[in-house]
Amino acid sequence: MKSLVCMKVAPKVDQIKFDEVKKTIVREGVENEINEADKNALEAALSLKETHGGTVTVISMGPPSFEPYLRLAVSMGADDAILLSDRAFAAADTFATSRVLAQAIKKVGLFDLVFCGEASSDGSTEQVPSSIAEWLGVPQITYANNIKIEDSKVVGRRVITGGYEIIESQLPVLVSVELGANTPRFPDFRRKRWADKEFKLTVWNIQDLGLNPNDVGLLGSYTIVKELKSLPAPARKGEFVTGSPQEIAKKLAQVIKASA
Amino acid sequence: MSQILLQKEEGKEENMNGHEIFVFIEQTDGTIEDVSLEVLGKAREIADKLGGSVTAVLFGENVESLTGEVAKSGADLVLYGESSLLKDYTTEAYAKVFEAQIRKRKPDVLLIGATHNGASLAASLAIKLGSGLMAHVIDLEIESDTGKLLGSVPGFGGSIVSVCKCSKGDIEMATVRPGIFKQREPSTSRIGVIQRIEADLKPEDKKCKVLERSVKRTEELARTERVVVAGLGCRGELSLPKELAEDIGGSLGVSRPLADKGLVPKDKVVGSTGSSLNAKLAIVLGVSGAAHFSSGIRDVKTVIAINTDSNSQIFKLADYCVKGDLFEILPYLTAELESSSK
Ligand SMILES: Cc1cc2nc3c(=O)[nH]c(=O)nc-3n(C[C@H](O)[C@H](O)[C@H](O)COP(=O)(O)OP(=O)(O)OC[C@H]3O[C@@H](n4cnc5c(N)ncnc54)[C@H](O)[C@@H]3O)c2cc1C
Ligand SMILES: Cc1cc2nc3c(=O)[nH]c(=O)nc-3n(C[C@H](O)[C@H](O)[C@H](O)COP(=O)(O)OP(=O)(O)OC[C@H]3O[C@@H](n4cnc5c(N)ncnc54)[C@H](O)[C@@H]3O)c2cc1C
Repeated sequence: MKSLVCMKVAPKVDQIKFDEVKKTIVREGVENEINEADKNALEAALSLKETHGGTVTVISMGPPSFEPYLRLAVSMGADDAILLSDRAFAAADTFATSRVLAQAIKKVGLFDLVFCGEASSDGSTEQVPSSIAEWLGVPQITYANNIKIEDSKVVGRRVITGGYEIIESQLPVLVSVELGANTPRFPDFRRKRWADKEFKLTVWNIQDLGLNPNDVGLLGSYTIVKELKSLPAPARKGEFVTGSPQEIAKKLAQVIKASA
Repeated sequence: MSQILLQKEEGKEENMNGHEIFVFIEQTDGTIEDVSLEVLGKAREIADKLGGSVTAVLFGENVESLTGEVAKSGADLVLYGESSLLKDYTTEAYAKVFEAQIRKRKPDVLLIGATHNGASLAASLAIKLGSGLMAHVIDLEIESDTGKLLGSVPGFGGSIVSVCKCSKGDIEMATVRPGIFKQREPSTSRIGVIQRIEADLKPEDKKCKVLERSVKRTEELARTERVVVAGLGCRGELSLPKELAEDIGGSLGVSRPLADKGLVPKDKVVGSTGSSLNAKLAIVLGVSGAAHFSSGIRDVKTVIAINTDSNSQIFKLADYCVKGDLFEILPYLTAELESSSK
């Protein structure tokens, strides 16, 4: 099995603040992390490798500051990691993002599975996985868990409105892995030393991918942002109810009745 | 320059006469998804404003019987394509037949309900058609000077909204978050044209096969008046929260990790990837109040929160805050409610 995992590095959203004057997102001081669902995607790829052999390559589009997170993925067990980095890639919408990722996947060559997470935690459009599948012309199983290979076909459990379905696809295929589908493994301590010091990360820029500057980043985007705004938090009383558990229960019961 | 302007204006005039909005009607085993009719209602409103028309597009194996309801819910034209290869939704087959219709009729706008199927279909079509796509919008407006669609796309868990528009391509596309817009009352006086379309598919176009499906439709959390929301602080022990939900005549919702663990069905999740509550009362137990959760309780009238951590973010989102162990307080609370209801 040759698997590729598309991995985004995202800011911890709970630390994000909004500048109401400049109407921009304040990113200073905000920590980054491997996008949560992409850890699930990586885990899915690594566990298939354990059963069926093969390799796992992680691909990420982003600035050079993503490098440590790619090394972290290698210390979790990925065999190789590729960073797609170029100033021209900046401010891409999902059209341009998926185009660059798909082009890199084509450059890597033959593959059996492309894994994505179901969503990023920041933009969360959930559009990149299906878009990549379309650029590559391969079928897709989105929002999947319990991914297995059976008789050289992929079978996954796909979450749909009100339930699930079991879906089967031929290879190669793109799978977007449900957030929380599995428990991602921790980095291997010894592997981490190697990943940080000796592992050679591949970095590809726009020329390496043979893409036109008009097709990537802001220029290659098909949507434009008119404005950003924050939704004000609703006004809440924030009243602390105190006392013994019995007293608290009595007071809450009153609130509950009053809200009828 | 003036020539370009002239061309644009001519194009616009044609739009005014023929502005056509396509709406995808998603059905599973003969049941139309609510969100499809919600989107249809919104499309009708936009079309009336712009003087355009609404075309609903429906695929499946035997779906002719559903077309009447669709016409009554706001469509001027209902196109339906039938094939045994379209019985189950698969992105490859649906995107192929849908693309053919869009290339044929060249609508100006395409709106799709942001279910998992809808989001995958829309993202595939956007690449096929070379179009921008606005993600699970929570509002849609018309930009006054351009007549373009402005979509409000929530991000960062739902607290920040990007108002955006499609800037390239021949069609403007958006998926729409479920539960945002209202369905129209079906009107018997509306007469829509119903037309069967060719669904030109070969068996090899269907690259995926649905082997099994299990769907249970339950009461929608978004429509429930009173909700008890259980989080990881409940340590998987849901009998007390369930009892409380019964006592207040409401239903149980959860933070996402509980559904991910398989303790409750996915449609009980509150938050950016679940439901947004519109309840009068929500009692939130052992939930930390992460950004992706918080957007789900924004519109609740009264929020009660119980959490052991006095610094928890959830207390910033609650009207009544209890710093304490939910397992200590709930037995008294259910006893109190049960005794006073006797
Ligand atoms: C508030 C907000 C609203 C937005 N609205 C829109 C919109 O309506 N339409 C639009 O086209 N764009 C929109 N964007 C831009 C969009 O978020 C970016 O294009 C982003 O680069 C990729 O999309 P995503 O983060 O939404 O990914 P998603 O589609 O949610 O991500 C799913 C998976 O795709 C893979 N992936 C995504 N990005 C990368 C990457 N850089 N490297 C490797 N793998 C990746 C990962 O596996 C990830 O788990 C919006 C951004 C914000 C912040
Ligand atoms: C793309 C994306 C989408 C997401 N969508 C959603 C979504 O739609 N909905 C959602 O909920 N999450 C969503 N999440 C996950 C979200 O970020 C949080 O991880 C999640 O909401 C945390 O759940 P929790 O509050 O139950 O658990 P925790 O954050 O672990 O909080 C548990 C709380 O319980 C308290 N506690 C512990 N013991 C007790 C006790 N005995 N009594 C009282 N209190 C106790 C603790 O103090 C703590 O505050 C999403 C994440 C991502 C990345």
